[in-house]
Parts: sequence; C-alpha cells; structure tokens
Amino acid sequence: MIAIVDYGCGNLFSISSSAKALGLDVVVTGDAEKIKNADRIILPGVGAFEDAINKLRSSGLADVIIEEAKNGKPILGICLGMQLLFDKSYEYGEFEGLGLIKGEICPFEGDIDKSLKIPHMGWNKLIFKANNPIFKYISDGDYMYFVHSYYGKNCEESLLAVSEYDVLVPAVVNSKNVYGMQFHPEKSGEKGLLLLKAFSEI
Amino acid sequence: MITKRIIPCLDVRNGRVVKGVNFEGIQDVADPVELAHFYNDSGADELVFYDITASHEGRGLFTDVLTRVASEIFIPLTVGGGINTVDDFDRVLKCGADKVSVNSGAINNPELITQAAKKYGDQCVVLSMDIKRVDGEFHIFKNGGRIDTGIDALQWAVDGEKRGAGELVVNSIDTDGIKQGFDIEMLKEISSRVSIPVIASGGAGKKEDFLHLFNENCSDAGLAASIFHRKELSIKDLKNYLIENNVEMRI
Repeated sequence: MIAIVDYGCGNLFSISSSAKALGLDVVVTGDAEKIKNADRIILPGVGAFEDAINKLRSSGLADVIIEEAKNGKPILGICLGMQLLFDKSYEYGEFEGLGLIKGEICPFEGDIDKSLKIPHMGWNKLIFKANNPIFKYISDGDYMYFVHSYYGKNCEESLLAVSEYDVLVPAVVNSKNVYGMQFHPEKSGEKGLLLLKAFSEI
Repeated sequence: MITKRIIPCLDVRNGRVVKGVNFEGIQDVADPVELAHFYNDSGADELVFYDITASHEGRGLFTDVLTRVASEIFIPLTVGGGINTVDDFDRVLKCGADKVSVNSGAINNPELITQAAKKYGDQCVVLSMDIKRVDGEFHIFKNGGRIDTGIDALQWAVDGEKRGAGELVVNSIDTDGIKQGFDIEMLKEISSRVSIPVIASGGAGKKEDFLHLFNENCSDAGLAASIFHRKELSIKDLKNYLIENNVEMRI
C-alpha cells in the first residue's frame, strides 16, 4: 500500500490515477496512522513552500514523514513535495524544510539567462548523474514534464539526475530511502509512469 | 532545454470530438476518451480539451467525460469551454485538468484571469484568443468565433500576461480549417510582445507547417485537431521529421 499524503496542497487526482493505472494499491490520506501503516509514501505538492510546510507541520504530518523516513520507509516527494524534503527554501522568505535532503531551494530568477522563461515549464531531458534502481525502467535522455520557478541548490551529494535550463536543475534527488523528483512523473507519459513503477518496487 | 510541443486539440460537443472548418460545418469525428488514449500513447506532449459550445449555449462541461479522460491520460491536460468564474476553474481542476483555458469568460470579466492566477498560480491560467483580421487590425472574437468584440488582440495579449495568464493560445480564425499553414504574421506580432509561452493554433495542414512555425521562432507549441484526428499526419512522423530538421522534440 502506498500512501499519497493529502495535506491540502496537491494534484491528488493525477497522482492517484497514475498509480492506479500501474495497478498499485494506493490510499489518498491525511491520516497519520494510515501513513504509518503504508509501505511507501508519496508526498505531492503544488503551490507555495511556506503554505505547504505550515500545513504539513500544523497537521502533525511533517513529524510522521520524518519519522517514517528514519525508519527506512521509501518516500517520494514530487515537485513542491520534493522541495519540502530539503533543508531550506528561499521562496518569498526563508523557511525550514523537512531536512531529509541536504540543500536549499532557490529562485531561478537571477540565476538564468533573462531570455529564458520562468517558470521552467515543459518537457526537458534527464541527464543521469548516478546509477540507481529508480532508473530501472527508463534511460538517460528520457524527457519529463516540469513546472517550477524554484530549484534545488547545494545538493550535489544527493543528485541522481539533472536537466539543463541554463543552469543544471536537480531533477531526481536521493538520500538513502528518500527520493525527490522536481518534474511530474504522473504527467510525464509512459516514462513517468515507469519511474513510479520503479519507486513502487524499491 | 525545453522542447517545442505538439498538442492535439479535442473540441467536444455532446460528449464527442468535433472539428469545424472556420467554425462552421462541424462533423463528428470520435470519442474523446478513445482519442485521448490514442494521443497519450502516440507521443502528444499535451492535450487541449474544449467544450466548444459552452459559451454559446451556456452548457457546462461534461465533467464525466473530462474525468474519464484525465484518469486515462498522463500528460498535461488543458481544459476550456464555459469557464466564467473561479468556481469553474475549481470544477475542472478537481476533474483532473492541469491548466484551465479562458476565452469569452475573460473578455466578459478580465479580473477572472487575475483571480484565478492568484488562487491557482500563473502556470494554471491559459488565455485562449480567437483572432481575426478586421480592416487591417487584429480583433478578438468571442463565443466560439461568432462575435467581434472590437478588442485589439495585440493589446489583449499584453494585458492578459500582466493580469497573470501563464500561457497564450493564439487561434487565427483566418487560417483555421484552411490547412495552408499557421498564421505566422499574427503569431509574430503577438509573441514579440509577451514573454509567456505562445501556442499556435489554426491552419496546420502538413508537417512542413510545423517546421515553418518553429523556425520562425514565434511559438513554443503547435496545436492542431483535424489533421491528427483524421490520421492525415501521425504525431510520431511529425516529431521524427522535426527532429531531423533540428527542432528539439520529446520522443
């Protein structure tokens, strides 16, 4: 059973539909016990970092996720859900994240060529940086669908894949049993589904 | 870097996909769920799903069809037609849409763009524009291309970006259904004035039209309906052709 964490900040329809299409057993829930009882956790997220981390903390789910991560349960953060795993974010201020991935979330603005559009939105190519079972069913150079205005920095030791958008954008990060994907695997066609499939087997 | 996108458009009426020629003489083509499945599997980068009669007849989207499409396709999905309020955004987002396209609703109430962008983010708000040349000017038409609003399209595009639209669909009524190529002149006028992505719509008849569009650097994506629905051009062949001609495409 995979628990998709419902804390009021995610496109839960797409992620649960894609998991169901893979034949995976999923539950969309904000209930701490159900999350603790699941084999795996997916942390989705759309919106602003501050609002999302506040909702995770006030619901008590932040502590549950941190504890389950320490227990070795596979956890996947998607888009803003990935960013929440980091130590810190500088999106409209400075906020502490869950601290499960070393690094910070910073704005593209000022870091990339002015002719490039923000958000970084569309299909971009994965460049593998390390081997990992999460890549079991996909290949270096496969395209994924991104929509984001902030990106991870100083997370070199966790990098599994990057994409190029003037800067190298952390696309897949990993620390032990904790994974993060900046793009939307649930919106990245067949290849995205195969990443979710690989996660379900980790 | 970000690829150019190929986007099939599903115009839907009474739960079926239709495609008009200059918005007249609509013919029934296929089941939207079946077609969405087909495009998801054949390499479409995104799908646009319009209820083309919603504005005119005040009909809401058939949300069961939308929900079925969204639960079977795993690429970005834009939904439009009958979007007049923030509640309409909410309704289609809950059915699995990723982006919501506004057209007549934004003309009747431009504040809708700002309200929706604030609530759901700029990336969620697509401003769709039906444009036709009138006395040497580009005019915005509404209600499925039936009514000339007299609004200057170039200014409307600039204002739309300022209000918070994250993307523009530029549909040329002049080239729509004619299959003689996209309206490059219109697209250049608009894309040179905005910094958000521009999706070109209306006029695609062959693969060379897409290459011309992307080589002219006036668009981030090409949208088409009938040539894909009628299988006159497969997305795979189109993408291979564009890649051979140095346009970056996702395959």
